[in-house]
Amino acid sequence: MKRIVVIAEIRHGHLRNVSLEALTAARKMAAGQTDCEIVACVFGEHPEMADVLAEYGADRVIFIRNGQLASYTTAAYRQALLQVLDVLDPDAVVAGHTAMGKDLMPRVAATYRAGLVSDCTQIENGNGELTFVRPIYAGKAFEKRTITGDKLFVTVRPNNIPAEPARGRGAVETMDVEVKDLRAVVKEVVRKTAEGVDLSEAKIIVSGGRGVKSAEGFAPLRELASVLGAAVGASRGACDAGYCDYSMQIGQTGKVVTPDLYIACGISGAIQHLAGMSNSKVIVAINTDPEANIFSVADYGIVGDLFEVVPLLTEEFRKIVGKL
Amino acid sequence: MNIIVIMKQTFGTEEKIVLKDGQVSDDNVEFVINPYDEFAVEEAIRQKETHGGEVTVVTVGLPRAEQALRTALAMGADKAVLIDGTDVPADEFVVSNILHAYLSKRPFDLILGGNLSVDNGAGQVAVRLAELLDIPQLTTITKLDISGGIAHAERNVEGDVESVECPLPLLATAQQGLNEPRYPSLPGIMKAKKKPLERVTVQELGLDQEALAPKTNITERQLPPKKQAGKVLMGEIADQAKELARLLSEEAKVI
Repeated sequence: MKRIVVIAEIRHGHLRNVSLEALTAARKMAAGQTDCEIVACVFGEHPEMADVLAEYGADRVIFIRNGQLASYTTAAYRQALLQVLDVLDPDAVVAGHTAMGKDLMPRVAATYRAGLVSDCTQIENGNGELTFVRPIYAGKAFEKRTITGDKLFVTVRPNNIPAEPARGRGAVETMDVEVKDLRAVVKEVVRKTAEGVDLSEAKIIVSGGRGVKSAEGFAPLRELASVLGAAVGASRGACDAGYCDYSMQIGQTGKVVTPDLYIACGISGAIQHLAGMSNSKVIVAINTDPEANIFSVADYGIVGDLFEVVPLLTEEFRKIVGKL
Repeated sequence: MNIIVIMKQTFGTEEKIVLKDGQVSDDNVEFVINPYDEFAVEEAIRQKETHGGEVTVVTVGLPRAEQALRTALAMGADKAVLIDGTDVPADEFVVSNILHAYLSKRPFDLILGGNLSVDNGAGQVAVRLAELLDIPQLTTITKLDISGGIAHAERNVEGDVESVECPLPLLATAQQGLNEPRYPSLPGIMKAKKKPLERVTVQELGLDQEALAPKTNITERQLPPKKQAGKVLMGEIADQAKELARLLSEEAKVI
């Protein structure tokens, strides 16, 4: 492998942590090979981000320049990326398995008639033989895949390949691209995640099920989340009951998450929910029913009413977090 | 309006996964329409009810996928196509090539599909197909209105809502929240038995070797490591909360 392109993604003005994880993934793919260049590509000009990309292993940082790239659209980013890849001719392209990665990478892989391993959680490199581990059935099982062909495309799941600093050369360039004939036009974006932390990248998730009983029932969970800097999720039961938006749903339908800490409040633990969260590093279950299935995957459990337990926990965490 | 739905038969989401000889066993498994594809089928039928036209559901799968197609016909789709992929080693690259070979010769205004399948979970096939057909895509939509040949859609982008307009033809993928899929009615189920179901084999589509050679190979499948039984705390609730906070901070070190 001579060159790997990593797509560095910016969301709401910030470089995403998963992009640093993608840089580490690229370094794992290049391990054992001399002279493999890692190129971070950023859509738009963000010179302030060059340093951190270099710190995590980028030998080159390319800012892709065109007025139409301020925010993501499939067609503009696709055209821009194809022009960059035509110039760079990399052996592999790595991106985060994010809304953008999922929307863009299959399309670009299809253009090159290339293989794409989506939602990779681990990369094994045995003397240059690359094996990619990814969840199937939302994490009820895992499969290992190898890729053939001249170009490999990979998306990595956030929170699974820890970003490790390793200084790259960090040479900064800009590349102008042409963008034309855009058919889809974005009229408006309503940010609903402004105050919250994104579920897929959250280190801590506080999640509610039918036990929260109403939309207002999420209030103590939100308070706990704000003390911990956590995201708030939900089970399908809570979404179906109308207590919260479907964008919060965790499970085999919904988001699959792997935070460091998952606090399940009033969630019974249906198989389809467990599929979406049981690979979290530490799981806490709070439920009135001692027989609830959620306890079978929990590292720590409290049998009790979430409306009593959660506020007490919030106070305890406030003391601990305050001490730090 | 000519609407195509690309869909897949999958395991029900309450199924446990059992490995047998390195393969995922489908013994005694309940099969369903992939839940995200079910939103796509429902949306297609609703669009047809508003604008007229025809809904064709297409799948690449094993002969047992006929059951899922019949369910879609019972919901209100008009025609079904089963592209028999028995003995065809297929990854997302190959499946999208197969769908492209079939659909490129047919007229359509709108292609709908799920934003991912709950089994493989890659979410590649629909997007690859849009590229191969050279049409725009709107992924993870939660709302779709069509007027004057233009789609007005809302996309769920990691929780944010993006309003977007795009002229037909296009491909859109369904996200949860798009609609509430109907249950097939009894008359619907009776009618479905008589609706046309075309059977095609992959070989009949005339794809070349390159298009049928997977770009990725599955070398191994495994179950996640079994979790040890956890610690259920005891005592007064206030003491349990204190103890849990301590354990998370000192033992698990996640706070």
